[in-house]
Amino acid sequence: MKKQLEKSSIIGKSHEKTFGSVIFLGILWLCLLIASLFLLTLFASLILKGMGRFDLSLFGNYNNTTPEDAGARAAILGTLFVVGLTAVMTIPVGIMAAIYLEEFADKNRWFNRMIELNIQNLSAVPAILFGMLTLGLLDLMGFLNKNIVFGGALALSLLILPVIILTTREALRAVPQEIRAGSLALGATDIQTVARQTLPAAVPGIATGTILAISRAIGEAAPLLLLGALVFITYDPNGLTAGFTTMPIQIFGWSSAAQDEFKALAAAASVLLLVILVSMNGLAIFIRNRFAKQW
Amino acid sequence: MSDFSLTSSSPRNGEKIVKGVLFASAGFSVVITVGILWSLIAPAISFFSEVSIADFLTGTRWAPRFEPASFGVLPLIAGTAWTTFIALSVAVPVGLGVAIFLAEYASKKMRKIAKPVLELLAGIPTVVYGFFAIEIFTRVFLKEWMNLEIGAFSVLSAGVVMGIMIVPTIASLSEDALSSVPLALRQGSFALGANKMQTTLRVVMPAAISGIAAAVVLGISRAVGETMIVSLAAGNRPNISLNPLEGAQTMTGFIANAALGDSRVGSLEYNTLFAVGLILFIGTLIINFFSIRLVRKYRKAY
Amino acid sequence: MELEVRDHSSFAYSETTILEIDRLDVHYADNHAVRDVSLNIFANEITAFIGPSGCGKSTVLRSLNRTNDLVPTARVAGRVNYRGHDLYAPDVDPIEVRRRIGMVFQKPNPFPKSIFENVAYGPRVTHGRVSKSDLNEIVEQSLTRAGLWNEVKDKLDQNGMALSGGQQQRLCIARAIATNPDVLLMDEPCASLDPIATSLIENLMLDLVKDYTVVIVTHNMQQAARVSDRTAFFTAEIDSTGARFGSLIEIDKTDKMFNNPSNKRTEDYIAGRFG
Repeated sequence: MKKQLEKSSIIGKSHEKTFGSVIFLGILWLCLLIASLFLLTLFASLILKGMGRFDLSLFGNYNNTTPEDAGARAAILGTLFVVGLTAVMTIPVGIMAAIYLEEFADKNRWFNRMIELNIQNLSAVPAILFGMLTLGLLDLMGFLNKNIVFGGALALSLLILPVIILTTREALRAVPQEIRAGSLALGATDIQTVARQTLPAAVPGIATGTILAISRAIGEAAPLLLLGALVFITYDPNGLTAGFTTMPIQIFGWSSAAQDEFKALAAAASVLLLVILVSMNGLAIFIRNRFAKQW
Repeated sequence: MSDFSLTSSSPRNGEKIVKGVLFASAGFSVVITVGILWSLIAPAISFFSEVSIADFLTGTRWAPRFEPASFGVLPLIAGTAWTTFIALSVAVPVGLGVAIFLAEYASKKMRKIAKPVLELLAGIPTVVYGFFAIEIFTRVFLKEWMNLEIGAFSVLSAGVVMGIMIVPTIASLSEDALSSVPLALRQGSFALGANKMQTTLRVVMPAAISGIAAAVVLGISRAVGETMIVSLAAGNRPNISLNPLEGAQTMTGFIANAALGDSRVGSLEYNTLFAVGLILFIGTLIINFFSIRLVRKYRKAY
Repeated sequence: MELEVRDHSSFAYSETTILEIDRLDVHYADNHAVRDVSLNIFANEITAFIGPSGCGKSTVLRSLNRTNDLVPTARVAGRVNYRGHDLYAPDVDPIEVRRRIGMVFQKPNPFPKSIFENVAYGPRVTHGRVSKSDLNEIVEQSLTRAGLWNEVKDKLDQNGMALSGGQQQRLCIARAIATNPDVLLMDEPCASLDPIATSLIENLMLDLVKDYTVVIVTHNMQQAARVSDRTAFFTAEIDSTGARFGSLIEIDKTDKMFNNPSNKRTEDYIAGRFG
């Protein structure tokens, strides 16, 4: 006679509510709680610590050895300049590279696969190494002083280029093949199809990805440290070879200082930086929700 | 028959030029990688002409600026390894937990809360994490609340905060992998009378294992390459020690710190930077290679 | 089952060959998918390709305007002559081919642009600078010919994807004829439409064929009987190695095909004995 398993009762306590299941779900909630709590604590403590210094002097004053007189003016302008130049340098190149890889490259050719692999790898290279690359490049170009706006923009451009390529490719990939087929069937060339149909349809996705890449550039400090951006700047940057510092670097500098008043400045500047970044992220999400096509 | 021709009506030279420019843009990325290698190798070779590779890779004392200088890189590697280990001990459980929650349990409302939390965490600049580590985590949490005998710098502080920083990376990639597991597999498990926890642990997670592994490996890569948090919170004393309450210096920390000092271009001190950079590059290259392989494996599975 | 075949008693069958397909073979990588197809398409007639799923009808259709070029693994052998010119000669530009031989797809695929822009796109890309007044005229004529003008004349700025399925397909037809092609290829154009939209498009085809040559692939035998002048029957066969491939069984004038087919397999398919 075959052994049969005892039939479970169909009434009684739900098997979803076993002790193990409840603990398991509890642990999952705990994980979410840890992440959320950290976020709250971070914001709260930064605001608390920086509250006293969130005034006009933060925006108007240059850095100073006396904390009461110090402000982030040079850093704010430096961020604007350097990241602005970065955007101009890297966005067109990134989009063009993505268009080539997604629309024109024959995936079976070895050099195209190598380019793809290469870009994936570059997107995970530590940021500080891009600083080293920039040092070498600036040397080649004959710049002795590496702390120049152009140098900072170069480092950040090289850093976020792979990210822009990857997100643009995804946006292009999301455009349905039928659109391309319809255009080609009418006798359009492949360039016409990309320029007039595929690319315009992918613009919301590209915009979102680009804004997020620029946010990343705004928050990066490591490569710029290598260029010597941790300096006292007491003037507004006024050219491609002007000395510069940026907000993350300034925060780093103030965080390392001994006096507690500088820590308050660091906190205030951090809050400012976070406000800028959260707004940009919000803009990216808004674009994605409002304009992304429902295929 | 009618007289017409099916050959191109116009040479379309403009289009050929455009395609050339597009190809050049893509090829530029290869130039960048070659550039990174070149910028590291030239000074590194110079370095290794003065310091033997064996001393470099097996020495346990890192004191490049002392008299006499010692160039054993193991303390830096140990610092990197230790902070990475602590970071992942935090990031993998929390990240996986959030991922499982999002993929298997979350209602639409919960997703609306959880996803923005992750995106916000991912968007915080690492220098802000670093500041939080020394000002709040070390000073307030570890010293005051937990009464630990801890200095201003500790591997623990840097590691834990770095772990939180990596949570979004692990969570989003793992959630991707878990969501790609076909519904049919879950339904098969439910149909046999298993509950959600059993299904998740015994069916879904094993099916998504390559994707989860890819997420963890990517997390490792980020931890190894991170500079600002360790620079601020782990300190600048190279140290091989298993005590998390002590400070240490990582490879990235050394590079950042050395860059702040004044080294003459071309000097041994200057070249030391690049030798360490080369190790860092090779290390992350290997880690990334595994990550890409794993991602390909899991993408192919479904 | 009685098939209602269109009355061809007063129909003047054409003598002009537009497309000559001679021993066409299509390979997808190692799969020899279509073998040895030979048939002629005549001017100002509707030719229907019928047959069960997977027997190469769409593949043969796509070979007629070099759309198979877009599939990386596809290789075409044999000859396809369009008005005496070999479509696959080495110096032939596929773009020029597609400007003369247009295509409408199974699932309507309007561009995510306005109705006006959808129809104007073809003339714009094929003729460069077209004056605004010319464009307006072309758009109106094409939409009228496609039977859509009255429904959309007041909302030409509206997004083409906001139209109903049947309207979208008529928009795609208007778009295809705006470039004034010679031949119109239609790959199961009514497959995703309801019966009312389908009959609108069938009537449209009967009108369009006065100016264009139409080739249509259809799963629906009744549709072929209602609409076409000639019918080609394809089916899948198995060769000695067990590989499936598509081949042409019979092509003839529609009345003869449906009332008195020459080939037993054609007769079986039409009688519903398989497919």
